[in-house]
Amino acid sequence: MSVALTPGGVAYRPRSRRRRWLPRAAAVSLGVGLLIWTLLPVYNMLLMALDSDADEFTGSIYPPNPDFSSFASVWNEDYWLMQHFWRQFANSICLGLATMLLTMLIGSLASFALSRMRLRRGWIVTDFALLTYVLPTAFLAIPFVQIMHKYHLSDSLWSVVAAMVTFATPYAILILHQYARLIPTELDEAAKVDGASPWQVYLRIYLPLMAPALVAVGIYALLLSWNDYLYQYLLLSSTDHMTVAVAINQFFDSDEAPWNYMMAIAIIYSLPPIAIYFGLRRFMVAGLTAGGIKG
Amino acid sequence: MSNTLRVSAAGPAIPRVSRRPPWRLRLQGSDTAWAIAFLVPYVAIFVAFIAYPVAFGLWMGSNPALYRLLFSDPRYVITAINTLLFVAIGVNVKMFLAFLLSGFFMNRSWWARSLLVIYLLPWALPGLVVFTSIHFMLVTQWGLLDSLWRAITGSDGPLFMVSTPIAMTANIVAYIWKWLPFWTLIFIAARMSIPQDIYDAAEIDGASGYRRLIYVTFPLLANVYLVATLLSCVWTLGDFPTVYFVSSGAPARTTDVLATYGFHEAFDFGYPNLGVAAMMSALPLMIPLVILLMRRVRATGVQL
Repeated sequence: MSVALTPGGVAYRPRSRRRRWLPRAAAVSLGVGLLIWTLLPVYNMLLMALDSDADEFTGSIYPPNPDFSSFASVWNEDYWLMQHFWRQFANSICLGLATMLLTMLIGSLASFALSRMRLRRGWIVTDFALLTYVLPTAFLAIPFVQIMHKYHLSDSLWSVVAAMVTFATPYAILILHQYARLIPTELDEAAKVDGASPWQVYLRIYLPLMAPALVAVGIYALLLSWNDYLYQYLLLSSTDHMTVAVAINQFFDSDEAPWNYMMAIAIIYSLPPIAIYFGLRRFMVAGLTAGGIKG
Repeated sequence: MSNTLRVSAAGPAIPRVSRRPPWRLRLQGSDTAWAIAFLVPYVAIFVAFIAYPVAFGLWMGSNPALYRLLFSDPRYVITAINTLLFVAIGVNVKMFLAFLLSGFFMNRSWWARSLLVIYLLPWALPGLVVFTSIHFMLVTQWGLLDSLWRAITGSDGPLFMVSTPIAMTANIVAYIWKWLPFWTLIFIAARMSIPQDIYDAAEIDGASGYRRLIYVTFPLLANVYLVATLLSCVWTLGDFPTVYFVSSGAPARTTDVLATYGFHEAFDFGYPNLGVAAMMSALPLMIPLVILLMRRVRATGVQL
């Protein structure tokens, strides 16, 4: 969001002070309202995690005796539902990274062929990519799980990686395809004249110049797999292969209800996306607006 | 998307320009092989994980008896109505609010910009986490919302999850909470691409305040608004996590939508074919939406 915007109507002085005061008060109250609206569910997570009593809701709007014992318990894995927490956290990270790298690789290869090599019927691939991007992923879940059994990939992290890469690449192709238009083809031609093969053009010219778009695509793929629940739940069943997303939901199926542990895990699980959001917001937004819907 | 559009629009026009299509000038022999090699990974995963599952799903849901069974299930009828309400109310309210709020966030003062950073947080948070949190705000009498109610009014609050309308409303509100920021951002980007000159000209012609919104901004954003709404409708038709976590069908499976209904049929009751049939019953609505969406994208050049 680096677009500098000229504030509208700056040249026009307000007719009176009173008329300027009212809209500003309205804007501030709207802002406070939005802040409460946005943070209320986040606050609820903290409220529940900081509650030392596991089984009961306090019925209070602030934590009566806040303590961080639930976070410590998660850290030390000292409850049977979170015995393998760090293993599962590592699984989530592996899943995210594998999805990210494969999406960037497959997406950039396809977008290079489509945008730089003037393939005759390339638009067919782009259209199918758009169609896949539009389809809701949950609709494919049931046949997908059946097919993964056929491929003998059930209860393997690779089956989830396959699903996530499949759903992330269409967006990657569309975004990269669009961004590639900003790079002059003369660069490719110059390299070709110098005797570079298409692979060398891809590796030495295309990839370095596409870096910002690739970062945006990588973050998108990472967050897609991090935010997914359905496919991870359906495809991973043993506690060793589980990801955190599946493990959190295990709490609902057990007889005991240590909700403070569950919320502590949920908060820890939210930290990586929050960190990515605050650190790399620029790229996330650029991925939306450079390729995003534009009038 | 306009790049694709250009390629596909240029397809039939090429022979008229020259007998030798330009691609042949550039792409010869080994280069074509390279291009195909570059496309192979994507085509392979498309065939293995999209085309095959789709074909398999169509085969699973191809028995007409399944649909007789489905339509005779009163729970399915409730589910279908819920899905329509969820999409119609959720998407439209969300889009309209996103459109209005994008105007609010065009204010570039420091506090509005910092607020925008916090406001976009739901977009980055995992749906599983936030929907579970919203679920706990609503269940029992000791959830945060009931506690707030007690703190403000002094009396006990309502039990949200025992009433179907309230639980369904909770689903829709949670859905809006999660996705409003994303679409606001889309509209902010669209508003930023409107040149300032147009506003200046409109101001000289006497359009300011709400007139500017109705006669200048909205017509200029109409295409984006339509494409965004269509896209969001298709996605929301298949939305799973919102209802699964917020109301989980409570009370008594009366707030299910198609995705959660299909999920329960397939994996809790062990009728995967019925689950697929439930998803497929959305196709009569989904196919026209997708066709309309693709046509709008082509006709207007709105980029996705």
